[in-house]
Amino acid sequence: MPTTDDSRDPTPLRVSVDLNLCQAYAQCCYAAPRHFRLIGREALFYDPAPSADARADMERARISCPVQAIRVEDPDV
Amino acid sequence: MPDDTLLNQIKDPANRPNPYPLYARLRQHPVSLQDDGSPDGVWVASTHGAISSLLGDPRVSSETLPPADRPKTGNPITDFLIKPIRDRIVNNHRPFIFRDPPDHDALRSAVMHQFTSERVQGMRERSDRLVEELLDAKRDVRRFDVVDDLAYPLPVTVICELFGVPREDEPKFHEWATQLASALEPDSLTNDETRAKNSRTFDAIAGYMGDLIKEKRKHRGDDMLSGLANDTTPDGVKMGDYDLIATAVLMLVAGHETTVNLITNGLLTLLRHPDEMERLRADPGRAPRVIEELLRYEPPVQFRLRRAISPIDIAGITIPEGGDILLLLAAGNRDAAVFPDPERFDPDRKGVRHLGFGGSLHYCLGAPLARFEAESALTALARRLTSPRLVEDPPPYRAGAALRGPQHLHVAIEGMGD
Amino acid sequence: MSDVAALTSDSHAVVVGGGLAGLRGAEAMRDAGFEGRLTIVGNEPHRPYDRPPLSKHVLTGLLPPDVTRLPSDLDGDVEWRLGVGAASLDRGARTLRLTDGTTLRYDALLIATGTRARPWIHPEEERLPGVFSIRSRDDAASLRAALVARPKRVVVIGAGFIGCEVAAVCRELDLPVCLIDPSPSPLGRVIGSAVGGLIGAVHEGWGVEMRLGAEVAHLEAKGGRFVGVRLKDGGRIEAQVAVVALGAVRNTEWLDGSGLSADSGGIDCDERGFVTDAFGQPDPRIAAAGDVARFPHPLYGGRRIALEHWGHAVAQARHAGRLLAGDASGPVYGAVPNFWSTQGDMVVKSVGLTEGADAVAIVQGDPAERRFVALYGRAGRCVAAVSVDSARWLPAYGHLIETAAPFPPAEAVTDRPSRKIDILDPGFA
Repeated sequence: MPTTDDSRDPTPLRVSVDLNLCQAYAQCCYAAPRHFRLIGREALFYDPAPSADARADMERARISCPVQAIRVEDPDV
Repeated sequence: MPDDTLLNQIKDPANRPNPYPLYARLRQHPVSLQDDGSPDGVWVASTHGAISSLLGDPRVSSETLPPADRPKTGNPITDFLIKPIRDRIVNNHRPFIFRDPPDHDALRSAVMHQFTSERVQGMRERSDRLVEELLDAKRDVRRFDVVDDLAYPLPVTVICELFGVPREDEPKFHEWATQLASALEPDSLTNDETRAKNSRTFDAIAGYMGDLIKEKRKHRGDDMLSGLANDTTPDGVKMGDYDLIATAVLMLVAGHETTVNLITNGLLTLLRHPDEMERLRADPGRAPRVIEELLRYEPPVQFRLRRAISPIDIAGITIPEGGDILLLLAAGNRDAAVFPDPERFDPDRKGVRHLGFGGSLHYCLGAPLARFEAESALTALARRLTSPRLVEDPPPYRAGAALRGPQHLHVAIEGMGD
Repeated sequence: MSDVAALTSDSHAVVVGGGLAGLRGAEAMRDAGFEGRLTIVGNEPHRPYDRPPLSKHVLTGLLPPDVTRLPSDLDGDVEWRLGVGAASLDRGARTLRLTDGTTLRYDALLIATGTRARPWIHPEEERLPGVFSIRSRDDAASLRAALVARPKRVVVIGAGFIGCEVAAVCRELDLPVCLIDPSPSPLGRVIGSAVGGLIGAVHEGWGVEMRLGAEVAHLEAKGGRFVGVRLKDGGRIEAQVAVVALGAVRNTEWLDGSGLSADSGGIDCDERGFVTDAFGQPDPRIAAAGDVARFPHPLYGGRRIALEHWGHAVAQARHAGRLLAGDASGPVYGAVPNFWSTQGDMVVKSVGLTEGADAVAIVQGDPAERRFVALYGRAGRCVAAVSVDSARWLPAYGHLIETAAPFPPAEAVTDRPSRKIDILDPGFA
């Protein structure tokens, strides 16, 4: 999970989750545990700027979301 | 009037290899009353819209199992003293897929509390290694059965390790699981012989589980069953023994009887679409898309049962109070209103909201396991098999119409790479 | 009614507003096939970023303030004019004057200037060190710095959603916090004091002090710093940090003199999404989207409403972008309003509009478990639902609201087999 700006990838992936759609199925938390976490029963916390090496896990998270609420921008694609 | 024999045709084993044309005929009526041999019939929902709506409808109950009524033995002590107690225990402690809120929520949250992403991540790595080991063992053969040699042992090993079931006890589960999985087939509810067998099997597996739970209390391991037996959730839930036994049995059976179909249907589909097999071999990063499309195209669980506890107006008809409902998930997955060109296997579809894992409260708890086990298996098969081809197409199918998949999938290969 | 202006590859489309709605509207124009020049004007110096985390994870320190840039598939084919706002609009000449004195000529214009935090009534008090509001990422960064300094107490003025989120954050950081609002409960204006009181009880359980039915008269200073609030009843609450969370006002002043029908409540649109002038005539080159757009909602008998919701900003901007790009084929925009709020580890969600509701009932779950659905009725019809940690049930209630189903519902649900529900006064003041 992100901490300070210095440790961050200068060209990260960009992620947003439509939390209206989100119903806390937590599939993203299993697919990319370093970047998604459920707090309490259904409060989703996610990293909006994971480093590019998280690409494969973010793709798993995006694809497996049952309500298709996750959007990812990959600067290298 | 819709043809009310379609469900019976779906249950006919002759239609197991390809039920999809029957599903398409059902979809002409989003919800239709089908004959199932019972006096009132069953309301079958077959479009994506109708199924999604019923999955999230608070008037739809999952408490569909008939009251436990184990067969009489002729021994009066058993029949009049022990039987009623046992029946009551079974009735009051169903596993959570057959429960409604609030009990369902408490039981499921207790499992979720143990089903941590760390634990799942650990099993993901384990699954990758297991697949390589299972395939290494077939290195020198030119023909093997994907079911017996990979698709069955992989999820079984994963679920047993996750729950801390000793490896040497696993063979017992094979038989128990096959028998208990028949509870998801519609006829098990009406067929006395099946019900009697299920009762005996449940007693056997419950006895085993009860002993194992005692053991986990004495010697806590690093597994989920130890966690469930010893921990209290943040919401203050600690399962009683009967609920814990029912839950553990459910998880073990589900682990034995579902992912096997995802992997086997997956390889079957890829062998029928060699271009997709080749693309997966060239780019294993496609696996998540391939698997999500498989969950749409050939879902391991084709349908689930529910019951209306109030009258429900839907798609121009009214399901009466008490009406049995069959949610034909696999039909909704091929609804052209949601999936353009639905009969085409296309991993590049965008925004797929398939029903392969159900939805809403009862969304498949084991979904993350199914996904990574299928990813381990299918990427390794695509990578390692040289010139694979089906020995028999269609392959022989298992009996179930709900849990649908090949009994065996014999594949001929020219070699097994690394 | 005028026709939709056809854009060509020589046309210039301008989006005023560099937030979520502006970005999604610009994307929709491209998706609809617009290939001409596309300019996005934003008065903050940043690319469009996501705001919801600002009042939650940025304040708790889980996220740095500057990492929430929104994903987008717009690439190099957009001209960004950032750090500059719109000053005025001349529709006759089809030019937009910017605050740096330059002008932009447009063939199509999307107005998505959004809102700003409603200012405190006394401007000189609002400028005191120690007084904050939250709208921009810079606001959130400043407030985060103030919370890190561990003030002895924080007062939050206004118990709407943002106020409740900030109060919950303070307790997560183990900071004493006092939430002040004239309503008898938090969220009283939005969801009524019956359900608001249930949310308030959760906050009290977290240790949030409540001063309800109270109004702040003045922010007091000592040595040039904020030191506490004076209430209208004469009471005083000492604090080192004040967060003013009084809702938002719409950024429409720059439209004065444009002839368009706009005020602090938004800019009027017709049923298609084109903005209208004082006589109700649409301008077919200009559409509005997001917080600032006041549009006739088909679910509410065509009454004009403006919604400050994230999902609405996305959906309506997509609609408006397609419209401006010449794709008027879609249905009239009329998604059911919905929103969410994360307060600590509790998620509150809503569908529909509670406005005018005359009854409410807890139809599922149990407030004692902090998990329930409340359904609102108005004149015997379902109009809104609020869920607390029960998001999966909400779509079913959205359907009841869309179809104006009878209230109260007569049917049994799985955890209410007896069909017995208590009808309550929702408690709107």
